[in-house]
Amino acid sequence: MLGKLSWAAIPFDQPIPMAASLFIVVGVLSVLGLVTWKGWWPYLWREWLTTVDHKRIGVMYVLLALVLLLRGFMDAIMMRTQLAIAAGGAQGYLPPEHYDQIFSAHGTIMIFFMAMPFMVGLMNFVVPLQLGVRDVAFPVLNAVSFWLTASGALLVNISLVVGEFARTGWLAYPPLSELAFSPGVGVDYYLWALQISGIGTLLAGINMVTTILKLRAPGMTYMRMPVFCWTALASSMLIVAAFPVLTATFGMLLLDRYVGMHFFTNDGGGNFMMYINLIWIWGHPEVYILALPAFGIFSEVIATFSGKALFGYRSMVMATLAICVLSFLVWLHHFFTMGAGANVNAIFGIASMIIAIPTGVKLFNWLFTLYRGRIRFEVPVLWAIGFMVTFAIGGMTGVLQAVPPADFVLHNSLFLVAHFHNVIIGSVVFGAMAGYYYWFPKAFGFTLHRGLGVVSFWCWFVGFYLAFMPLYAVGLLGMTRRMQHYADLSWQPYLIVAEGGAVVILCGILATIAQLVVSIRTRASRRDLTGDPWEGRTLEWSTSSPPPAYNFAVLPKVDSLDAFWAMKQRGLRVAAERYQAIEVPRNSANGFVTAFFAVVTGFAMIWHIWWMAILGLACAVVTLLVFGWVERVEGEVSGEQLAEAERARLRSMEPA
Amino acid sequence: MSAHAGTAELAGSIPMVPMTTARSGGGPAPVRIVVAYGFWIFLLSDIILFSALFAAYAVLSGQTAGGPSGHDLFGLRHVGVETLCLLLSSYACGLGVLSIERRHLRGFYLSFALTFVLGATFLGLEITEFAGMTARGAGPSRSAFLSAFFSLVGLHGAHVTAGLLWLSFMVAQTVVKGPRDFVRRRLLCFSLFWHALDIIWVALLTLVYLMGAR
Repeated sequence: MLGKLSWAAIPFDQPIPMAASLFIVVGVLSVLGLVTWKGWWPYLWREWLTTVDHKRIGVMYVLLALVLLLRGFMDAIMMRTQLAIAAGGAQGYLPPEHYDQIFSAHGTIMIFFMAMPFMVGLMNFVVPLQLGVRDVAFPVLNAVSFWLTASGALLVNISLVVGEFARTGWLAYPPLSELAFSPGVGVDYYLWALQISGIGTLLAGINMVTTILKLRAPGMTYMRMPVFCWTALASSMLIVAAFPVLTATFGMLLLDRYVGMHFFTNDGGGNFMMYINLIWIWGHPEVYILALPAFGIFSEVIATFSGKALFGYRSMVMATLAICVLSFLVWLHHFFTMGAGANVNAIFGIASMIIAIPTGVKLFNWLFTLYRGRIRFEVPVLWAIGFMVTFAIGGMTGVLQAVPPADFVLHNSLFLVAHFHNVIIGSVVFGAMAGYYYWFPKAFGFTLHRGLGVVSFWCWFVGFYLAFMPLYAVGLLGMTRRMQHYADLSWQPYLIVAEGGAVVILCGILATIAQLVVSIRTRASRRDLTGDPWEGRTLEWSTSSPPPAYNFAVLPKVDSLDAFWAMKQRGLRVAAERYQAIEVPRNSANGFVTAFFAVVTGFAMIWHIWWMAILGLACAVVTLLVFGWVERVEGEVSGEQLAEAERARLRSMEPA
Repeated sequence: MSAHAGTAELAGSIPMVPMTTARSGGGPAPVRIVVAYGFWIFLLSDIILFSALFAAYAVLSGQTAGGPSGHDLFGLRHVGVETLCLLLSSYACGLGVLSIERRHLRGFYLSFALTFVLGATFLGLEITEFAGMTARGAGPSRSAFLSAFFSLVGLHGAHVTAGLLWLSFMVAQTVVKGPRDFVRRRLLCFSLFWHALDIIWVALLTLVYLMGAR
């Protein structure tokens, strides 16, 4: 009746998972209780759960990312603490089977449920505003994408309470992840969570590509698009080209595990190196799916706060597209040790080094933008400069490992772990934090607390170096990744320093939370009525903060790059004589309901509860058919309403 | 998978700023263009999904683990009839879309009925082939070659199944709602989908059956 599910699935005998489970269950129940107690459900349902507004969906993506950042960071600090003490004969406090789940969950959560939703959320919020249009191409589909991503995150977190998570590392290499060696539900949690959220990501990518290529304000030609839109386009094209490969690869592993096929097994003619090739054909572009939007954010931030147009706009666009193409030609550098032969390794090594060229072009463009600019050292600029320093170091250790003979020594060592944290934290996390601070006033109409933002930056920056520079050193000394304990006592000092770094990063995260709380409580004094708190250059700053549901009362006419800056130079107000009625999409429960059934189906498949899986899938299909059958009637904002709203906005912008 | 059928349903329900021209720089494109364009991008991603399975098949096609190979299993006459059914169903589908654009409802129903029958025949033949192979002890878990074969051909079959479901849904919608704008947009997407399945089948026929039967 319930497949493999029984009371034994809940780890009553292990204190640490039980405490974590209890924490999560109590946390979720208290949030739900509070919402019920305050009677917020109708508001939440109407304004958020069923919204198809790209701005609100973007906000929900970022919120999801911030929550999952906490979960992923807890895993991280547990690992660092374990390694700071488990030296010599000591075993630390985490048994191996638990430690293995933690590092697998940490990587999976940080990439798929922290970095991805953060970037997709910022793109969702910003891109239509920068393009000067009223929504993405497919608003309902956008909601479906978000809720599918959230479903995956939910499944990963259910695994903490019910059952276990994968012990196979964040990419679940076979043959270890095959049924013969991982008979538990951990790998199934991993696979179904990522299949469901992967479909969500793919649909989001399709939506974003269509939006950027087909929906732009009048006059906005390709070479007048803000750089962030270009990077969002490149990143979304990579999503469309790479995520289907991930779906196919996980699909094959699922077939191996569920129906006894032989894609990656040791017997029956299977080939597990094929999995590693396929997963990195997705995996390397994925790095740039995350990093390119971050580059776009830094471009916007640096141009805005230098008070200058971005240096080398065209070369920036070309570099972005070059990275977009090259990212598909380097996957083999993740496993030079496979033994493909010297010539193959040389080709992929050289291709990997070539990526440093467009990246270098970008770095110099940012430097030349700063050069002789009137730089305002707002928080996003700190993140941007911190990024340039940190990313340059990470890039150099990357080029070092692109040399196959060097890689044979460094493969699977902590040097590698330090390298990819160096580039991903340096670009993606720093970029996300910069974008979060930069666009927060646009989303909510008030600015974030500056002092706590500065504290957060310095804690992250210093904490990052303390946490990861020792890992480079200890990697060179020979320490491999994914060790639960080690015999060599001379490594311990490095790992204690790394633990200290993790604590400093924790302070940065706490400062970010404090910043949010303090800013909300003092929001009355930090209101931004102009809609343009940073003297912005692009169209998102030309509308009010927060923007109305329809974004722009009249679609802006664009006749140059940095369109809003040009408008301000000419003293043009975005106001019109006459307003035409606008169609605004009505809410739809499609995304939420579909995602609910996706969770039911995924959970049932994980635990082999076949009747429930069939029921869940059938309900999901029926949901789509029902929503597809009913013709959507859209809402309308009349010309008079628009005129009134615009007059009110212009009045509020007048100096008192 | 349900997601495939779902995408187009959602794609059909988009509200967008009605604007005049579709030229670059002329402002947002009209809904019909946006929907069809988005669906093209989806089809590209679907073709990439298939390409991963094609790659897996290419790697594993020789790994028979002592079991039967393509030469022992494939019947080209059977596959020829399948191909004929699928290609003719696409032709019928094309005629159907032309009819609906001219508001010629009887022609539309006739063509789409033919599309359905031919598609269902294709599916029936494929199921017969799969059942016959499994009965001979050449099921998907026999060898890596057969795992790749059943997954690749089966994924195409799953797409055809989803297509037949979608086709029935669209015919029902046309009956009830008539050839309205959003119905015709969805029919256009359906025909793109159905033709894309042909392209994949042609690659499949060549790489799996023709090259495998030698």
